[in-house]
Amino acid sequence: MTLQPRTVPRNAPDAAVGRLIYRKPDVLLDRATHYCPGCGHGVIHRLLAEVLTEMDLTARTIAVAPVGCAVFAYDYLNVDFVEAPHGRAPAVATGIRRVRPDTFVLTYQGDGDLAAIGTGEIVHAAARGERITAIFVNNGIYGMTGGQMAPTTLIGQKSTSSPTGRDARLMGYPIRITEMLAQLPGVAYAARGTVADASSIGKLKAMIRRACQAQVGDEGFAIVEALSNCPVGWGMTPAESLEHMKGPVVEAFPLGVIVDRAAEARSAAASRTAPGEGAAPAGGNGSHPRSEGPEA
Amino acid sequence: MASRRFRPWTPLVIAEDRCKGCEICIAACPKAVLALDTGRVNALGYHPITLTDAAGCTSCAFCARVCPDAVFTVWAAPREERRP
Amino acid sequence: MSLLPENAVGTEPTAVDVEAGRRSRVLMKGNEAIAEAAIQAGCDAYFGYPITPQCELLEWMARRMPELGRVFVQAESELGAINMALGAAATGARVMVSSSSPGISLMAEGMSYMAGSGTPMVLVNIMRAGPGLGGIGPSQSDYFQATKGHGHGDYRVPVLAPASIAEAMDLMASAFELAERYRTPVMMVADGILGQAMEPVEMRFRTPDRQAFDWALTGAAGRPSRIIKSIDLQQERLERRNLALQHKYREIARHETRWETWQLDDAELAIVAYGTSARVARTAVARARERGIKVGLFRPITLWPFPERELARLSRRVRGMLVVEMSAGQMVEDVRLAVEGRCHVAFHGRMGGLVPTPDEVLGALKALSGKISHERPAPATPKRRASARTSPGPATAGAGARAVEGRGGRA
Repeated sequence: MTLQPRTVPRNAPDAAVGRLIYRKPDVLLDRATHYCPGCGHGVIHRLLAEVLTEMDLTARTIAVAPVGCAVFAYDYLNVDFVEAPHGRAPAVATGIRRVRPDTFVLTYQGDGDLAAIGTGEIVHAAARGERITAIFVNNGIYGMTGGQMAPTTLIGQKSTSSPTGRDARLMGYPIRITEMLAQLPGVAYAARGTVADASSIGKLKAMIRRACQAQVGDEGFAIVEALSNCPVGWGMTPAESLEHMKGPVVEAFPLGVIVDRAAEARSAAASRTAPGEGAAPAGGNGSHPRSEGPEA
Repeated sequence: MASRRFRPWTPLVIAEDRCKGCEICIAACPKAVLALDTGRVNALGYHPITLTDAAGCTSCAFCARVCPDAVFTVWAAPREERRP
Repeated sequence: MSLLPENAVGTEPTAVDVEAGRRSRVLMKGNEAIAEAAIQAGCDAYFGYPITPQCELLEWMARRMPELGRVFVQAESELGAINMALGAAATGARVMVSSSSPGISLMAEGMSYMAGSGTPMVLVNIMRAGPGLGGIGPSQSDYFQATKGHGHGDYRVPVLAPASIAEAMDLMASAFELAERYRTPVMMVADGILGQAMEPVEMRFRTPDRQAFDWALTGAAGRPSRIIKSIDLQQERLERRNLALQHKYREIARHETRWETWQLDDAELAIVAYGTSARVARTAVARARERGIKVGLFRPITLWPFPERELARLSRRVRGMLVVEMSAGQMVEDVRLAVEGRCHVAFHGRMGGLVPTPDEVLGALKALSGKISHERPAPATPKRRASARTSPGPATAGAGARAVEGRGGRA
């Protein structure tokens, strides 16, 4: 059943029908997704669709799909898409962007894709300052393959490959890869948000928008880490999984803007022009205080 | 089935065939006007979400914001129908 | 013969004024000549990673591509390079990568994806000795890798095997054409000698025409969106995709198989060799002819599609074939398959980065010739009835083998 965009709801009376408050963008196709009930991928796809539409980027977007639950992302977002081998999306995106500098290039990866098998590709795309926007969906587990441990699985978290809980001694610690990447000068913007509730979703959307702006403004590499849930993998109901995200998950992965070099440069310039005040150093090293959301 | 023309106005148009009954919108709704219609099952096999009280809905669109399946289209009432 | 490593002239990159040299013969290093030929063929983007013995190709590209406003990226690894190529090729750009054997292994994954998704690209392998880290001397031990698909799945890629720098330059344009016509990666295999040697070449290039691709990703403005992928979880559909691929490969085999023969018209023996081994074999053929041995050279130019029909035909004329490779014997298996026991197939090879010498090849030829002439002459009537129901074994008699003629050769 397709929902054609309507100006008049089917069940509207003859009289004035009221104001449209929200309708999903057309670039998000009218298709039931294969994602589990409550899965954050759906929210993140929708936010991407909204941002791309609002920034008028859909016609020139080429997106790179991962291997993982979102391998079928191209079935849901109506833009040109290429499938990448597991972890290789940043390299594939590099190839696209270099030969087609007029396109808008987007990668969409999960935690295994980006932080396990793909660490080489993401680090070097970031180091080269590739003008691409990376969406990193971190749900701390390998969903598609049945719930195995991911590089971002929490200590003590049970998974099908850490059945007694992640043991730091044997299996290492979760990786905050976005903080690692933020240290590279080629990274213009790096931030972490979450889909845990309506308010957070709004902030995450602003981060995605800012990350897309970094590409459009030729600033450099941009990454948004979207903390997401995996109800089935975590063994919780969707509602429980969102509560879990507000607790242990954000303790391990703090929210906020990790680096925004343009904003830092602006505030450094402002400090320098203000008489008698010490200037903040331009070009952060990832250690500046976190802000709640991106610069407008 | 009543003619569509005369159905009462509703702030939510719900794409029921995409709903997976995850209930995240129920938790997000500040007015508690959403519930699964346990009397029905949609084509995906889930009880779809339904608006239990159109008058209680303020069109805040939190449901639309949190829904992973983008099932909600949200309208605000025409001014003459707005509740005080 | 000036191809043995000790005769190679230096390792400094050669500054060549391409425009001035366009109609003259210039001394060029193989790696650089191959790179320039790709550039002149319209290569839009090159992605690579340093690995001996093809670094000069990457370095040539690093200098020339930015001069021309085209794309050059030294990737973080061969994994990065092949995937950048995948992305660029998906947009319809003319793309090339190069590497040597260990790096090609890393590219195998990307090749499988590109074959499965129908993405064109040219990949140059300047082969070195393996396995593992091996050595930097020349080798042909990647024949299996190149012709049997490198990566997982039912796919092939056309493999071109030049035997001289000039031929490599010529074939480069064909490589891009093949890739784009059939929507497939195409591999050119050379070896460290061809890569490192310097030979006089004519600066004569060919630029294949550009086509508009209806599959290329360019941004879905004003048209339905396109997807480049290799996945299909629905088994019947995936089988159909595979059948379509196999049909494509049959078409390629029908139209694009290439080989060269030399002095085979009256030959009783044939040497089968490609690349640098073929050049060694030519000298061996010349010396053998001086000694009255009637031998010729069969040189496959496409390793895949393999010229099996031609070899099958040849096997009915000659009494024996000597396959010469810089490996433990890889192409020799395909020769045996094509020959189907109709004549002797012998092998001579060197490994570890060593190149067979003409005298070694001559010695192997004499041994083969001796072996054949010491056998009983062929019986008058073929004793094939019984063996028709069994798989063909090594031929014991020429006439017996000929009776198999016409009974459904290989496709």
